[in-house]
Amino acid sequence: MSILEVRDLHVSVDADGESRQILRGVDLTVKAGETHAIMGPNGSGKSTLAYSIAGHPKYTVESGSITLDGADVLAMSVDERARAGMFLAMQYPVEIPGVSVSNFLRTAATAIRGEAPKLRTWVKEVRETMEQLAMDPSFAERNVNEGFSGGEKKRHEILQMELLKPKIALLDEIDSGLDVDALRYVSEGVNRLAATGETGLLLITHYTRILKYIQPDFVHVFVDGVIAASGGKDLADELEASGYEKYQKSGSSA
Amino acid sequence: MTQTTHDHVASLVGSFDPADFVVPTGREEQWRFTPLRRTGGLVDGTAVSGAGISLTVEAPEGVTTQHVDSSDAQAVLLGAPTDRAAALAINRAESTTVVTIAADAQLDEPVWIKCVGSDATTAAFAHVVIDVKPFAQATIVIDRTGSTHISDVVDVKVGDGAHVTIVSLQDWAADTVHLGHQRHLVGRDASVKSVIITLGGSLVRLVPTVAYDAPGGSAEMFGLFFAGNGQHLEHRLFVDHAVPNCTSRVTYKGALQGTEAQPSHSVWIGDVLIRAAAVGTDTYEINRNLVLTDFARADSVPNLEIETGEVAGAGHASATGRFDDEQLFYLQTRGIPAEEARRLVVRGFFHEILQQIGIEQLQARLVARVEAELEGHGV
Ligand SMILES: Nc1ncnc2c1ncn2[C@@H]1O[C@H](COP(=O)(O)OP(=O)(O)O)[C@@H](O)[C@H]1O
Ligand SMILES: [Mg+2]
Repeated sequence: MSILEVRDLHVSVDADGESRQILRGVDLTVKAGETHAIMGPNGSGKSTLAYSIAGHPKYTVESGSITLDGADVLAMSVDERARAGMFLAMQYPVEIPGVSVSNFLRTAATAIRGEAPKLRTWVKEVRETMEQLAMDPSFAERNVNEGFSGGEKKRHEILQMELLKPKIALLDEIDSGLDVDALRYVSEGVNRLAATGETGLLLITHYTRILKYIQPDFVHVFVDGVIAASGGKDLADELEASGYEKYQKSGSSA
Repeated sequence: MTQTTHDHVASLVGSFDPADFVVPTGREEQWRFTPLRRTGGLVDGTAVSGAGISLTVEAPEGVTTQHVDSSDAQAVLLGAPTDRAAALAINRAESTTVVTIAADAQLDEPVWIKCVGSDATTAAFAHVVIDVKPFAQATIVIDRTGSTHISDVVDVKVGDGAHVTIVSLQDWAADTVHLGHQRHLVGRDASVKSVIITLGGSLVRLVPTVAYDAPGGSAEMFGLFFAGNGQHLEHRLFVDHAVPNCTSRVTYKGALQGTEAQPSHSVWIGDVLIRAAAVGTDTYEINRNLVLTDFARADSVPNLEIETGEVAGAGHASATGRFDDEQLFYLQTRGIPAEEARRLVVRGFFHEILQQIGIEQLQARLVARVEAELEGHGV
């Protein structure tokens, strides 16, 4: 059973030649089979946390540790982290002109699985997963994220997640910019993976909307680069009713 | 013919006599980017001719190949060159190779013109005329490999209603110097698609030009270059719209990488002239360059001159950018190692050009060449 452990994580980012502290001591444990929701206002550092775990070069870990099943994640390159079982669904997926979705998916699956998937079963696997996400087969021939609508981008992220079957999946605002239909398909995809019990999910979101479709086991309130409070589903209900204000005040006076 | 050093490419006067052109000093607009000292006497004419090149034509039925004197009517089909190097190439070529594609021929196989260099210590000069008769359809591949110092001219006459794809590969060895002209004359309602791929060579300077014989012609000019390891790769296009209702599209993509010891340099010039008579012209040109490392310089100069108010469309774009680290990150988060991710991105960048070739096997060869170049194993 996989376990991601983030301990006292301090992260800064280089902005215009100046180093800015964003994360100020984050502690978090995500186990396979668990779904965690991280909720917080814009600019509180949620994406920074996701990027830092994934290993984006712009973010500098000042102190603290991240381990996956005891292995030092911080010592791994970005692609090593992915091969170790981490997955990041991005808030803003990147366009790769001239690279088709099908080529991209197969290259990624080959890298993650350590060998090229057998063509026959692979084609079927991709087709079926796409069907479940209500993606047209022609989608596979398009260039990665090029000209995709917001909903298409997010469905494409979930398609990758379902095919790559990570141990830990970080979903950064997977719900933003989605209409109700897309939100439903995306949530179903997340729930399918959660139901396997083999993936730990970290759902980063600004709104409680997606929690109507995905039941979190744990809810964390993220403010000013730290987890200000943790609880169960009822914490999300409370945030829905009264917002982040209470936590922001305590955050700034601390 | 009077001697001219006039800067404007459109106003240059042609001549078959190299002596009619002054020897360029490197200050001329046409030559200002070119390291003339590396051209080994190909421009001033001091180069000693050798037997450093073999030129063979493999063609399906419907195609004839002849060798004629450079003054033969078939050899001067596209008129006098406007450049000293081109005049020298025609003048000093042993003969002119004339490839004629019969009227109405629909070639199901490409014509392969293989140009193999075997000696970079002496100079080679070559002149090829491709005469595509009316309503023919053909694909022609000029496949250049090996070591040589060559100046050549390829003339393509596209007869009325004919449709031609011409692929020109510079797959040279590392020591090759190549000055080339590829002139296209497009007939009524005819179309030409030119795909120029420049990967090898120490110095390659190509001048593809397009002129239209009659209204209704269309030219698509695609190009791909990859400059590394001290290479100077220069492409100077000139599309001359002098008759009404013709279209042109120019799409060139380059990648560059270099080292401090061996910086690389690419030059792309896109001159498009729409003359007063050329009403209804539709043109667009773009050059995009991907700079992969430091010590690589890309010059990109689109230049659109419009002398009539009645164009259907005219535009240009040029963008030179660094390799996008966000693309790299995205691919890496999918487990793809950095090296492979770079390959994928560069291959994707060039895909738009390579797919234009339409010859599967050749595209695969070029993808492999691009990847070898990326890994630094290229020439
Ligand atoms: N790459 C970056 N460059 C500069 N500043 C950044 C960068 N990433 C994040 N920040 C800053 O860090 C803070 C937290 O941002 P982010 O992690 O994106 O928050 P959230 O995802 O919660 O909205 C913001 O003030 C933001 O401006
Ligand atoms: Mg964010």
